[in-house]
Amino acid sequence: MSLSISKSLQYRSRRAFSRAILIVSLAFFAFFTLFPFVWMVLTSIREGSELYQVGKNPFAVKHLTLQHYYLLLTETRFLQWLGNSAFVAICASAIALVVGLAAAYSLGRLRYRGGGFAALVVFATYLIPPALLFIPLNTVVNRLHLSNTLWALIVVYLTFLVPFIAWLLSGYFKSLPGELADAARIDGASRWQAMILIDLPLILPGVVSVFFFAFTMSWSEYLYAFTFIRSTSKLPVAVGVVNALQVGDVYFWGQLMAGALLGSIPVVIIYSFLMDYYLAGLTAGAVKG
Amino acid sequence: MPMSATPVSTSLDKDRVSARRPGGLAAFIENEANLGYLLLIPTVVIVLGLIGYPFLLAMYYSFTDKVMAKSEFSFVGLKNYINLANDPVFRKTILNTFNYTVTAVFFKILLGLFMALTLHALTVGRKFFRAAFLLPWVVPSSLSVLAWLWMFDPQFSIITYFLRSLGLIEERIPWFGDPTLAMAAVQTVNIWRGVPFFAMIILAGLVTVPQELYDAATVDGANSIQRFRFVTFPHILPILMVASLFSFIQTMGDFQIVWILTHGGPINSTHLIATLAFRTAIQGSNLAKGSAIALFLFPFLILIIALQLRYLRRE
Repeated sequence: MSLSISKSLQYRSRRAFSRAILIVSLAFFAFFTLFPFVWMVLTSIREGSELYQVGKNPFAVKHLTLQHYYLLLTETRFLQWLGNSAFVAICASAIALVVGLAAAYSLGRLRYRGGGFAALVVFATYLIPPALLFIPLNTVVNRLHLSNTLWALIVVYLTFLVPFIAWLLSGYFKSLPGELADAARIDGASRWQAMILIDLPLILPGVVSVFFFAFTMSWSEYLYAFTFIRSTSKLPVAVGVVNALQVGDVYFWGQLMAGALLGSIPVVIIYSFLMDYYLAGLTAGAVKG
Repeated sequence: MPMSATPVSTSLDKDRVSARRPGGLAAFIENEANLGYLLLIPTVVIVLGLIGYPFLLAMYYSFTDKVMAKSEFSFVGLKNYINLANDPVFRKTILNTFNYTVTAVFFKILLGLFMALTLHALTVGRKFFRAAFLLPWVVPSSLSVLAWLWMFDPQFSIITYFLRSLGLIEERIPWFGDPTLAMAAVQTVNIWRGVPFFAMIILAGLVTVPQELYDAATVDGANSIQRFRFVTFPHILPILMVASLFSFIQTMGDFQIVWILTHGGPINSTHLIATLAFRTAIQGSNLAKGSAIALFLFPFLILIIALQLRYLRRE
């Protein structure tokens, strides 16, 4: 009897201990991951004079203001940068989706000589860091007469979007049950019809989410855009906010933080809607490549 | 008897289908291999034209004296590589890149593991915290790095404020003025951004560990550390390896964190391969030398690809 009581006490205190660890750990990670965003928001909604006070409590917010947002939207090319990003991300993702989807069907669903090797090449290109290619791609972009245009980015973004889409969607195609398409073909459907009418609709949710992930990858890209675009009016938002809001050595922190927040919103919205798809894709991408 | 009827009807079906088939392209792609190759053509064009060709061009440039905006250039053999080998800035950059990558990946794995275990242990709000913790990974890094630039500001650093409030330091810290601190700072930002990626991948692995294995281990008298060591860890190891290799090559090729925070300074102490290649080739117009620098990523890329394929095959 007494033994079982002491055992249950022991059990309970152990549970309380592990719960304490859990809370401490959760608090640590919440602070570590989210503090920069809290600081961004706080900086963006305070008067400039309040940001630069040495020796005072930096959390004592006295005057809330939207002046940084107002100046960002009226005095800078921020809206233009948003438009540039949207144009590049939509075009690049759409083109990459068509190309990558075709490759994914080919690699995931059809069997032919060299298919395995092609899948290997696609996987390998998916791992290439942009830092390896940006210098010669600069020459390629010049030769295509796309230098300093948004189309330069659309073309160059295909280098990472197409392998990403082809790899991820070929996994989806592999996991489809083949019986439906087989049945359709026995009923007289051509191979093309089986692909368009049977297999494609089955992976449509995957196609839609992959499109949005390609969109966010294009939206966030920095090195290529920084290298190939020189006109301030043609910058995407991920580069524009960083480059153009700095005058000499002076940083306008209120506007910078406002720009960083507004420029992140489209991506955050996409993730909040597609979180489960994203995580499934992330782990599928990691497990299967 | 019914067995013998089946082949007959199939062959009838086949006749009917082939009779309906038109010629030309439609007949061509009815062949599995033909359709397979056809669908692959656009991807092959992109891989050859925008990845294969530029790669060979970079190799070629690295053996010449090519500079930007000048069409004539000549072959110089290994001169660029020999110059790099004797260049203290380049040597420092290679060491920096290793230091940056190994340290950052190690802490991303470690903290990612703890974050995943924390999320896994949550009974309420797991979905909410999962989404919140993923923010550093999803926000465009050039934009979130701006927040860190502001947090490391030499005069108004909020991190300095925290440390002073806690009584850990007396004076202001010039974060990017000191080589060691600057490297630690850029590593911290890379870790901050990458931890959620590892956490989510590890979490996905944790969810698939069968409860029976834990129960069996508990019955055998294993404590929680032993359960982690002998049940959880072996189960998530393959997925962790794949994620680590992926992160390793991406971290090695990192550009914007260092570029935005330190530009490679102070005194080149945070230059990575990508930032030095950018400074040399794009800002300094020396495409030949810049290409040679960037190509040092290539052997590591090959190594990572080989290791990844070994792991994927084993799966």
